[in-house]
Amino acid sequence: MGDITLLEFLSLGRRVEGHRPWPRFALDLRGWRQLIDHLRVAEWSVMAEWAERSEIHVALRDEASGDIAVASHRCDDRRFLALGNVRPGVIRIERAIHDVWGLTPVGLEDRRHWLDHGRWPSRMPLAAQPMAPSAEPDRYPFLQAVGDGLHQIPVGPVHAGVIEPGHFRFHCQGEAVVRLEQRLGYQHKGIEGLLQGAPLDKAARIVARVSGDSTVAYSLAFARAVEAATGCEVPARAHWLRGVMAEMERVANHVFDIGAVCNDAAFAVMLSHMGVLREKVLRANDVLFGHRLNMDRIVPGGVSLDLSDEGVEALKHLLYGFGKLLEQGYQLYENTPSLSDRTVSTGIVQTSLIHRFGAGGFVGRASGRGHDARETPSYPPYDKLDMTVPVLTEGDVNARVLVRFAEAKESLHLINRMLHEMPEGAVRVPLPEVAGEGMGVAESFRGEVVVWLRLGADHVVERCHPHDPSWFQWPLLEAAIEGNIVADFPLCNKSFNCSYSGHDL
Amino acid sequence: MIPPIAKILARHLLKGPHTMKDAPRPDPNGVEELAEALGRRARARLGRSLSIREVDAGSCNGCELEIHAVNHPIYDLERFGIRFVASPRHADVLLVTGPVTRNMEEALRRTVEATPEPRWIVAMGDCGKDGGCFAGSYAVVGGVSDVVPVDLHIPGCPPSPRQILAGLLALLETVDQK
Ligand code: SF4
Repeated sequence: MGDITLLEFLSLGRRVEGHRPWPRFALDLRGWRQLIDHLRVAEWSVMAEWAERSEIHVALRDEASGDIAVASHRCDDRRFLALGNVRPGVIRIERAIHDVWGLTPVGLEDRRHWLDHGRWPSRMPLAAQPMAPSAEPDRYPFLQAVGDGLHQIPVGPVHAGVIEPGHFRFHCQGEAVVRLEQRLGYQHKGIEGLLQGAPLDKAARIVARVSGDSTVAYSLAFARAVEAATGCEVPARAHWLRGVMAEMERVANHVFDIGAVCNDAAFAVMLSHMGVLREKVLRANDVLFGHRLNMDRIVPGGVSLDLSDEGVEALKHLLYGFGKLLEQGYQLYENTPSLSDRTVSTGIVQTSLIHRFGAGGFVGRASGRGHDARETPSYPPYDKLDMTVPVLTEGDVNARVLVRFAEAKESLHLINRMLHEMPEGAVRVPLPEVAGEGMGVAESFRGEVVVWLRLGADHVVERCHPHDPSWFQWPLLEAAIEGNIVADFPLCNKSFNCSYSGHDL
Repeated sequence: MIPPIAKILARHLLKGPHTMKDAPRPDPNGVEELAEALGRRARARLGRSLSIREVDAGSCNGCELEIHAVNHPIYDLERFGIRFVASPRHADVLLVTGPVTRNMEEALRRTVEATPEPRWIVAMGDCGKDGGCFAGSYAVVGGVSDVVPVDLHIPGCPPSPRQILAGLLALLETVDQK
């Protein structure tokens, strides 16, 4: 098959005009089949896959060159050859596409519904011809584990803590977990349906709420997609403000999750310590940008408000004390043997699996896959900053916690530098009134968020797909828990902290 | 070497807790709304304590983040006698977030049924009121009150910890008065 690059291969298809900043190519059936053949061996990772009524799209990245492109395939018979057999990370995505858009992934062994639980007013609600609703909710056939002394533990959708709903089915032998199977979709809000035909400001609000903990990253990816589609040049200062908000979000989430992991090992003092740190960041957000989570602060064309000089000073002050407190937390984590006893070598994910599923974020980086969208493809302001992306190889709960400590520390550096180097000037420009297609990526605290959209000249969204990094991380949690004991599940789960809402859409 | 945990404990003993001093006052609107709702219903002697079971019926998770915040040392919800419990069977109050998705509708109903009377249902967030920006979707029923009766609504997207506290204190005060 040779060493053909992604772009060389895709140029065999027809290039679609008006897709920015990365090209999109339409492949016929032969081309799509060849793509699958190449995906068996090539180091091209799948960034996202999504559908329209009779078309399937996949965003790909050539790991060697860093090139990004979208491949599309029209399937008027509403069937497409599945990519899931060569890229297991997209199996659930393709099952979801079938449920929502009614396109059948041909060749996929797992035919069970994923997001559709048989409770919607119609089946395949976004297909050209939706089908009649089910007479009664689906019975979900969980995979079986057979053997002596096995028992099942069903958990959820309503869990014991303050946490999003999902169902976990454990097959156990005594204390050891033989198999964990997830069933998600409880949070499905029909976001892609709501986005179709939505005016831009409404769409921006919805995308900002795909996953509330990553609201900045989603708004950023959405804004970048819109700006790419319309050819809008955002003022420099806006990029830097966006960077500050994104790093504040990363720090807030990382410190809170570190506390929560430790809390699940019955080490509650860490949760308190980290909870105070998190609150400091959120209060700073409130003072600086007027919202504790910075929802709706990043908008297509820039940011919705500027940072004052007093705000800058307040933030510098916060950063100084914060770094010291974070370091204390780190010392506490590293020097508490009873805690290490629970986190070291618990819930290991093999590097090979991480690559097979294309998992990113701290889950990937704790198992040796160092991808970070801030580095590749990179985007402003990160293209003007050097940054260190921490990578470990142990792949256990401990590694995921340590990567997060390191990332939070790095974010503090980045914020500091952004404050010092931020240019003056406008923070928002009007969008050109043109139609187009665009894709935006942003590194959330969890990994790479991808937003793709097609915009009409009247600035109505014709089609928009937001992709959450959790799609590629959830299945790995099933692998991480195998052979561990049930009591370690909360630790493993928290150390992943996958999004339910972002995944369920 | 002094272990870090000892240092942290010593520091907090000397400096005192982080807890916010000026606790918010109960939300007066909430008190009124509740007084009306409770007038017609059985009341138990709760002894200035409330146990809350949180139910996410389809939120974006933003509301949950702020619920976590009220549990942290700064807002320290437990000092008011309000705490989050693991099971609806231990709860006086269900705090429900999100637009109720169709996939969660039955789970929400069943959680309510599992909660012993007297019980109060608090809908939280703009989504909890009427579905928020997710209203009108095929996959969403609507606000919490479209599925189960609601006694109090705490507005916001997401409501801040202060708003959550004020709402819950209003609930406690009303329950307590009667
Ligand atoms: S009210 Fe806002 S924060 Fe709460 S669930 Fe709805 S969108 Fe999320």
